[in-house]
Amino acid sequence: MTAQVDVKQVNQGIFIAMIRRDMTAAFRHPSDLINPLIFFVVVVTLFPLAVTPESDFLREIAPGVLWVSALLATLLSLDMLFQSDFQDGTLEQMILSPQPLYASILAKVFTHWLLSGLPLTLLSPLLAMMLFLSADGTQALMLTLLLGTPVLSFIGAIGSALTVGLRKTGLLLSLLVLPLYIPVLIFASGAVQAAIAGLPIVGHLALLGALLALAVVLAPVAISTALRISLSG
Amino acid sequence: MSGRLLEGINLCCERDHRVLFESLNMGVDAGEVLQIEGPNGSGKTTLLRVLTGLSEATEGEVRWCGQPIRKVRTRYYQNMQYLGHAAGIKQALTAHENLRWHAALTGLEGDDQIDDALGKVGLRGYEDVPCYTLSAGQQRRVNLARLHLLPAKLWILDEPFTAIDKAGVSAIEALLIHQAQQGGAVILTTHQDLQHVPGLRKLTLK
Repeated sequence: MTAQVDVKQVNQGIFIAMIRRDMTAAFRHPSDLINPLIFFVVVVTLFPLAVTPESDFLREIAPGVLWVSALLATLLSLDMLFQSDFQDGTLEQMILSPQPLYASILAKVFTHWLLSGLPLTLLSPLLAMMLFLSADGTQALMLTLLLGTPVLSFIGAIGSALTVGLRKTGLLLSLLVLPLYIPVLIFASGAVQAAIAGLPIVGHLALLGALLALAVVLAPVAISTALRISLSG
Repeated sequence: MSGRLLEGINLCCERDHRVLFESLNMGVDAGEVLQIEGPNGSGKTTLLRVLTGLSEATEGEVRWCGQPIRKVRTRYYQNMQYLGHAAGIKQALTAHENLRWHAALTGLEGDDQIDDALGKVGLRGYEDVPCYTLSAGQQRRVNLARLHLLPAKLWILDEPFTAIDKAGVSAIEALLIHQAQQGGAVILTTHQDLQHVPGLRKLTLK
């Protein structure tokens, strides 16, 4: 009994230690954090300039534009997930730890979301306003980002773990990850469009929630296997 | 059950269609220091990575206290510290923060002893400086401080003397001797001659 309690406390210990370490390291080099956010803002602001400033048209394309930009911004941020840990050798220490790799990975992906998906979600109402999205649409956008971006982090982490040992990962990573991002994109932008049309979005949100639940349970298994394979070379 | 602490049985390793070593039987007992020698590219690091379980051998098996390491992974990793080629520390973090993370990885609560351990490797006063401002040797010492902080039966050290000064080298040698006397074991690769380690065994890879 006591042994079980101990194990649980230890798991929490590594989970929190991992988050603390990644957060501290990230905030000491904030440029890596800010780049994806700037990308998000720049892409969305360029649309009205390049296409048309007409409010009706912008309102119609807003869900798609916002979600595609958020997705690409997440893709940009995947580099910071495992690459630096691989280079400085802390990734192999994670694998050689008696602590379950599952806990470390969950903590890493959660931190990645806190530093990429969450800021994107918080930034989105501002950009939604620039594209004349309605209040209902903005609310749906934020909800879908809140549920969808963690899924993007988990799926991205699988791709990132598979390619971590390779020299140039950029294109390969996108090719691996983008097809898996498409369901999230479809359900999420569909939800925002439904909200604009005044339709219920509970169904879309439930599907996104299901994707998130699946990702939380299954992705860490895939990620840890991928990391072991990448490091065994 | 054999009495060997760590044992590699019939190990064979192939990289890029080149056989690095084959039919290699080796092992360490408690209280032993084993030095792995060989020219560059002879597979020393690969052998160490196979022994830690990071890499798979093409053939053969590694056993911890008589059991395949795959089956007793948690128990093995509780009793083993590996210092690899890479620094094993995050540049952006301070020495103290790095070791606190390593302590958490091992499941030990070592917050008080961290500064002690850093003092023992000659880094007193550098505890709260980001590691990227430290020299290569000092960064290496941060990693070596783990050996003071986190007790383990078996140490697997890949070139622990790289970038370390003369005084540091003899301090590490003393540490190896101490570990062996305490009933621990060490497997290391180095090109340095270890003159002061009693009962040193050598394994030469061709």
